[in-house]
Amino acid sequence: MTGIMDTALGAPSFRHGVHPREHKEDTRGLAIRQFPFAPMLIMPLRQHLGAPAVPVVRVGQEVARGETIARPDGFMSVAMHAPASGVVRRIELAPTISGDMVESVFIEPLPADTQEVDDGEPCRLDNATPEQIMTAIQNAGIVGLGGAAFPTHAKLRFPDDKHVDTLIINGVECEPYLTTDHRVMLEQSADVIAGIRYLVKATSAVRTIIAVEANKPDAVTALSAALPDDLPVDVTVLKVKYPQGAEKILIKALLKREVPQGGLPIDVGVICTNVATTAEIGRLLPRGRGIQERVITIAGPGVEKKGNYLIPIGTPVRFALEACGADPDITRVFMGGPMMGPAVSNLDIPVTKGTSGILAFTVHETAAIVERKVYACIHCARCVESCPVFLNPSHLGLLAKNEQYEQMADDHSLYDCFECGACNYVCPSHIPLVQYFRLAKKMVRKLRATH
Amino acid sequence: MEIASSPHVASGASVDDIMRNVVYALLPVVVFAVFAFGLSALLVLTTAVLACVGTEYVLNRVAGAPDTLGDWSVVITGLLYGLTLPPGLALWMVAVGGIFGVGVGKFLFGGLGSNAFNPALVGRAFLQAAFPSAMTTWSPAFLADRFAHISSSTLAFPFARPEYDAISAATPLSAMKFRDTGTDPMELMLGLTSGSVGETCAVLILVGGIYLVARNMMNWRITVSILATVATMTLIANTLAPGEYPQPMFMLLSGGLMLGAVFMATDPVASPITDTGCWVYGLLIGGLIVVIRFWGGMAEGVMYAILLANAVSPHIDNLVQPRVYGSRA
Ligand code: SF4
Ligand code: SF4
Repeated sequence: MTGIMDTALGAPSFRHGVHPREHKEDTRGLAIRQFPFAPMLIMPLRQHLGAPAVPVVRVGQEVARGETIARPDGFMSVAMHAPASGVVRRIELAPTISGDMVESVFIEPLPADTQEVDDGEPCRLDNATPEQIMTAIQNAGIVGLGGAAFPTHAKLRFPDDKHVDTLIINGVECEPYLTTDHRVMLEQSADVIAGIRYLVKATSAVRTIIAVEANKPDAVTALSAALPDDLPVDVTVLKVKYPQGAEKILIKALLKREVPQGGLPIDVGVICTNVATTAEIGRLLPRGRGIQERVITIAGPGVEKKGNYLIPIGTPVRFALEACGADPDITRVFMGGPMMGPAVSNLDIPVTKGTSGILAFTVHETAAIVERKVYACIHCARCVESCPVFLNPSHLGLLAKNEQYEQMADDHSLYDCFECGACNYVCPSHIPLVQYFRLAKKMVRKLRATH
Repeated sequence: MEIASSPHVASGASVDDIMRNVVYALLPVVVFAVFAFGLSALLVLTTAVLACVGTEYVLNRVAGAPDTLGDWSVVITGLLYGLTLPPGLALWMVAVGGIFGVGVGKFLFGGLGSNAFNPALVGRAFLQAAFPSAMTTWSPAFLADRFAHISSSTLAFPFARPEYDAISAATPLSAMKFRDTGTDPMELMLGLTSGSVGETCAVLILVGGIYLVARNMMNWRITVSILATVATMTLIANTLAPGEYPQPMFMLLSGGLMLGAVFMATDPVASPITDTGCWVYGLLIGGLIVVIRFWGGMAEGVMYAILLANAVSPHIDNLVQPRVYGSRA
């Protein structure tokens, strides 16, 4: 359903982009519910960008829910916390969504345990220094929950010659099906505001914008009601368009600024954090706790009990789907939204901090896509008109087909493609453009490494 | 589990949908052509489509390539090609041009997506060069016996010189160019004049174009750019020397301009990919049409203008790439 606000004239947005069907109606109205514990939870020590965490527990050791089980290894790394009270059964390589095998801590929850979480050493807003806030965020294991899993504290530290005029809290959630950020904004608006206070203190940002698309009017109302009087925070409603939730695109839509190629938002005076990440900061820091669970949407036509769940990190996908009543006809499962979410090849991989959703499609949804015919590029320009970073996917696709990978990188900005899938989505020739571009990036890296 | 690359969803339209809709958009023009020129037009169009479709089918078979009739593009080529021919053209010539258009203009280039030139125009250009007089001999529209009688020129034997039963005085363009007589724009609009099979009724061509634009299946910028360029240049010429040059309305509605601007120049494969590129491309086509019609040796210039612009199109693409996000200038 699209309301009148979706097309509200004058609402900010960006040029290009696409309008995939939203499919959010099944879960947007469902309150966040606690998910049961799986019989075994798998905690990969690298589920964020950067260096793996270093385990501080031994096999056989009993751990309490929320206890630190791994410490950060250097600056680009975060801590890891036990998602349940239980026993460490194994520490060994396990498959993850990235396709890599990653050293992981296997924890078997104790069924009799109350699963209470103890508070730790709090980080108080009034007397913490920016440095202490960043350390607290790192020790709480907080990373970008929107999907990128970039360590949040690393975003907040920037060179002295830069300054932040705008803090953007990203509540766009433009991927179809996903409603986790929506529910967080609705149910945890106070936590979001508390998180903003920490972030403002850590970065000295002049003002804060909470960005929400027009398809979440109730979230806009809830946040607007929670806005503080003593801090310059605004809620800005954007037109509905994919991929507006991508950091660089959102910055352009809100502020008309472009992050320079190869640069970071801080280069244009912006820091951008996901709204759920912000809520976690606001909730965990005053209690001195770490992330041991997160909100995800489990949905798609292949799932019976669709919903928004507070799920323990480390829950295997298989358990999550079974607990939600999976259709036996499921043919494809992916993590995150349908535009960018990677497909799951192995149901034993776990939910990690960056997992915003588990979606299951049955043969009804996938058959049409799998069986359709791939035509040659007819130069129709739909891809060009959809690319939010203004590449020429048609030409890139042609070069990829001819294996001219280096030319793609050197002359056609291959690395500016963030694989949003918009071009692929609209292509009437059904050319697997994103797959081509991923492969091209890999080949260029390989070629450059051997030179 | 299927291992598939994201995105896992797709928007509706596919190439065959788009091409099929272009065929739908052409149908009113086709029906009018038969109505205006009778059995001869029907035979010309049928032969054109069969020659094009047959050529593609046979060449794919011979080359061991997968069948491509399902993408509908060769049907468009056949129809467009047929619509640009004089109504009384000998059918064997129609067939030869169609075979050449698809064989050389499309297949040799690598098929759909690789054809640098519009195959329908390649076929027509070949005929123009091979049979210049047959290609400029026009039978009149709305002959009383057009549904009962097939012109003997239509049925001429291969390689025999066709004989014409009825020859029109001239098309509005040649009348203007070589005899200095104008035609009422309203007649042009409604297709009451002589001309190629499907080029005479501007209104129906526009209706087809609007249908495609509404379905996001045609780049209107090219069409608008061509029409605006021709209108502006003609207006200037007509203002400076009213006796010598026609009115803009006459230019827009006469000859193959409307069919070319709406259906030929907008062939996505042979036109630029960026919006700016499309404006430039239209400007080029419009400019060439006016130059050829006013100062060239021929009455008509649409076909050559589009073919020339087809050749330039990749260079336009190279020159006007959109500026990548975050890049300087
Ligand atoms: S996947 Fe890459 S090329 Fe395609 S639209 Fe997105 S950014 Fe542009
Ligand atoms: S959308 Fe597909 S067919 Fe159209 S220009 Fe782009 S790559 Fe080619």
